[in-house]
Amino acid sequence: MAERADVVFVDGVRTPFGRAGEKGMYWNTRADDLVVKAIVGLLERNTSLPKDRIDEVAIAATTQQGDQGLTLGRTAALLAGLPTTVPGYAIERMCAGAMTAVTTSGSGIAFGQYDVVIAGGVEHMGRHPMGEGVDPNPRFLSEKLVAADALNMGNTAERLHDRFPSLTKERADRFGMLSQQKVAAAYASGDIQPDLVPVSLRSDAGWGLATEDEGMRPNTTMEGLASLKTPFRPHGRVTAGNASPLTDGATASILASSAAAKELGLQTKMRMVSFGFAGVEPEVMGIGPIPSTERALKNAGLSIEDIGLFELNEAFAVQVLSFLDHFGIADEDPRVNKWGGAIAIGHPLAASGVRLMIQLARQFEQHPEVRYGLTAMCVGLGQGGSVIWENPHHKKYGKGR
Amino acid sequence: MTDYSTIDFSELAALTDDEVVTHSYVRDIPLSSGRTLALVTLDNGRDHTRPNTFGPASLLELGATYDALADRAAKGEIHAVATTGKPFILAAGADLSKIAEIPTRDIAKKMAQLGHHVLGKQATLGVPSFVFINGLALGGGVELPLNADYRTVDSSAAALALPEVFLGLIPGWGGTYLLPNLIGIENALKVIIENPLKQNRTLKAQDAFDLGIADRIFSPVNFLEDSIRFADGVLSGTEKVVRKNAPGKLERIAKWDIAIKIARDTVASRLGTIPKSPYAALDLLKAAKNGTKEECFALEDDALADLIAGDQLQASIYAFNLVQKRAKRPAGAPDKALAKKVTKVGVLGAGYMASQFALLFLRRLQVPVVITDLDQARVDKGIGYIHDEIQKLADKGRIGSDEANRLRALVTGTTDKADFADCDWVIEAVFEELGIKQDVFAEVEQYISPEAVLATNTSSLSVEQIGAKLKNPERLVGFHFFTPVAVMPLIEVVKTPHTDDATLSTAMVTAAKLRKNAVITADTPGFVVNRVLAKLLGEAMYAVDRGTPFSVVDEAMAPLGLPMAPSALLDLVGLKVGAHVLDTHHAAFPDRFYRSENLHELAEYGTLLEKDSKGKVKGFDKGALKIVAGGTEPMQAEEILVRLQDGLADEVHRMLEDDVVAAAEDIDLCMILGAGFPFQMGGLTPYLDRVGASERAFGSTFHDPRIVGVGA
Repeated sequence: MAERADVVFVDGVRTPFGRAGEKGMYWNTRADDLVVKAIVGLLERNTSLPKDRIDEVAIAATTQQGDQGLTLGRTAALLAGLPTTVPGYAIERMCAGAMTAVTTSGSGIAFGQYDVVIAGGVEHMGRHPMGEGVDPNPRFLSEKLVAADALNMGNTAERLHDRFPSLTKERADRFGMLSQQKVAAAYASGDIQPDLVPVSLRSDAGWGLATEDEGMRPNTTMEGLASLKTPFRPHGRVTAGNASPLTDGATASILASSAAAKELGLQTKMRMVSFGFAGVEPEVMGIGPIPSTERALKNAGLSIEDIGLFELNEAFAVQVLSFLDHFGIADEDPRVNKWGGAIAIGHPLAASGVRLMIQLARQFEQHPEVRYGLTAMCVGLGQGGSVIWENPHHKKYGKGR
Repeated sequence: MTDYSTIDFSELAALTDDEVVTHSYVRDIPLSSGRTLALVTLDNGRDHTRPNTFGPASLLELGATYDALADRAAKGEIHAVATTGKPFILAAGADLSKIAEIPTRDIAKKMAQLGHHVLGKQATLGVPSFVFINGLALGGGVELPLNADYRTVDSSAAALALPEVFLGLIPGWGGTYLLPNLIGIENALKVIIENPLKQNRTLKAQDAFDLGIADRIFSPVNFLEDSIRFADGVLSGTEKVVRKNAPGKLERIAKWDIAIKIARDTVASRLGTIPKSPYAALDLLKAAKNGTKEECFALEDDALADLIAGDQLQASIYAFNLVQKRAKRPAGAPDKALAKKVTKVGVLGAGYMASQFALLFLRRLQVPVVITDLDQARVDKGIGYIHDEIQKLADKGRIGSDEANRLRALVTGTTDKADFADCDWVIEAVFEELGIKQDVFAEVEQYISPEAVLATNTSSLSVEQIGAKLKNPERLVGFHFFTPVAVMPLIEVVKTPHTDDATLSTAMVTAAKLRKNAVITADTPGFVVNRVLAKLLGEAMYAVDRGTPFSVVDEAMAPLGLPMAPSALLDLVGLKVGAHVLDTHHAAFPDRFYRSENLHELAEYGTLLEKDSKGKVKGFDKGALKIVAGGTEPMQAEEILVRLQDGLADEVHRMLEDDVVAAAEDIDLCMILGAGFPFQMGGLTPYLDRVGASERAFGSTFHDPRIVGVGA
């Protein structure tokens, strides 16, 4: 019979993230190839894991068409050279796709049905622009189920500024600038690179190799940010400088039961403590992580004070700030996004959840004094997702509260 | 020693007019060790159906690229240079169309030197050089990596080969020196001599790695990433490269010359001494034992210049284009859209030939196939043979068990021709006698639809006459295979005066689905291949019957460069069949085709050649020699040859006058694909032009201009 199991995050890697569009480095690279290279890179550095012991491959993508379609988890497994006996599926919750791949397949481990899974995501926003091929039911508007602008993420961010006047453009810009500076610092100290899988790229100038994120702007200044256009509203507050850019990239992680990890000699980088998903009004989707985090804390029996490190997806600066204000955390609290976030690195929608986990796992190594960390993100159409993790390097790990 | 840097290559620029240039792009790759690798990508901007090739402009650009990188290396900006290709293709070697246009031996030599000059730059960059063999690599596409310090190969690369000898060339951009010194003489002989002469066999990536051509093999999913990491490891000293097949002193002293001699003997026994390129390659491989790189490269330059300026290469390129291009767009073929669907095949007969047909149609068309014969025992035997062959394919791993089950379920046998009712293609392989073939078709016609195609495999009867008793003769077509059916690539599709376009189109499309090359011929005796061979064998027997020793006849005909001497050909096809073929052609054209009573006696006697227990020919059978000993006017070799050349020129000329095929090219295509006539002779007609036989026989030439080299 199945027994409840502890779920551990064994390892995670990602491709360098590229700028979406014709000028971006992945313009000639298929989305499925990106996630396959992430999976292969992940397995290459976890050689003690026999490929036939992988029980599931859950891969997320928002736009499941073309090179992101065709039951992506299964096709990626085959393309990555996994045995035909390894099953796989595709998963979709917009920005929280990879996070949902982790929580869903992780739940299967917790329930004793899997020993080891691969969970990740990919989004090639260049090849699949947001909203590609969507066909929203007319009832959304005719019955006023959502506001007309709820499907445009920039507009939802502007709405957050409306709702919380204390969230000024200046605060958002500063948050954006600091994100750029923190990412640059993390690169300089070599915190990011170890978890990047290099990806070969084809261009008109021949083959190249992606080795780092393409969208970083380390020289960002407040003056520069102030001069940027506000594309969503005249005299609005949301700009390219305080929002995450359109991005191509893929992530992959290995999760296992603690027993299987032990049996197979796999490392434990984090233990999954709890998770929560929650819905909010679609037109202010950015506040989604607030109720989802409250749920995850409740599920874990923890309070926000127990969280020592936060990896919050920076879809928009204002949306992270709304979370911090809600929980009474300062804008520049050192526990939050230590190495910056999506504003600088990029946000390939369904891939981003696992990037948060990769960075949290590495921060856990450097901070054994921290016991619990949070990964959280907002989701289009008004959702939030949160996962709480325990640090195996903490002295009380595995010893209960 | 040749200092390539002092040579003026500007004359070659005249050859670059319509060259599809393979560009060399450079991007810097940051390595995780902190070093920088300059990655050169070869890309001609076309898709994979037009591989990268090295014409003069492509080489000059690559040379300039390497020069610029050598400068950067000297400045310390880069720490390694790697070269790779566009998706699926590294390079398919020299641009053959350019080689064919070279106007003088001097320019031919410069083309050889330019290749050495440019590819050789990889040895003098000042930093380690790598080639990442990401896909197809042929000829110069293999010599490019051979000139580098290190090589990786993508395990999915379609093919690696040095096919030059097959084409009448030699691997002359370093191949004959670098390869044996990398992987040993025996392996090099396999790649440079043996494989090209085995229907141009190529290496899989794994073979190339096992031979030691590549230092590492990586899977395609991360080939470039892994290759770059390997290069970084080599630079850092963490990756060690061991070349276990590289020849040592002992190999040079004890093995090298012997291996060359064995190879030379094998080539001589299989091809004779007419083709030049294998021997030129053998000479170069021998020189590679002790020669320096500079000396051997200079020898390659001269050997390549000689071959490019010679007749054989031009004929080879002509033949190559026939097989690669003309064979794929058969002259006179009606619109493919007219072809009728073939969803069930009937085979009349269940003997050996019929069973081979059934097997081929089964495998290639994957439709139901029904075979029939006079009684159940013969049918059962045929089915048994087919099932056995399917099992053999399964045992060899060529097909899976599902596929084997599928094929077995598709083939049925019957003695009731009513079971042919829903066949839309019926082919006969019954006894080669007109009345029998007429009757069997007339009988089956009662059951099948009026549109079903009837095909006959006759080799010597009139197809039109075979259809004389048919109600619908317009659906009859000749479909002449060559044995062994599974292997020989030619089908002569014979069009009678009644054959309609839909039937002819169906035959052409079906031949293509069987993966055969089809040539359309008129319904004339012997069609193409047998008529030419009958002329040849008739001339041989004529000389023998006059009292010329068989061995002299064999020798006399050797300059045609045929895959086997007349005596061996007779032995292969069978003396009875040979005698029959001469008889039928003599009956059709008594003035021009010789029939030999002696050959009938030999057929009765049963043996011509004396063989050892392994089937190796030791000489002529003494009894056979006695039978043919009666002649009193033996001919000289020269006389035999000229008579043969002139006779062939006359006969081929007549065939063209009578529209047996559309053009001389089709005669050559038939002889190359159906009888193994050699590439380096261009089949037959370029040779007949070249030796003056065409002029003597009909006062003109088959080709204008003649297909000849530019000479020294």
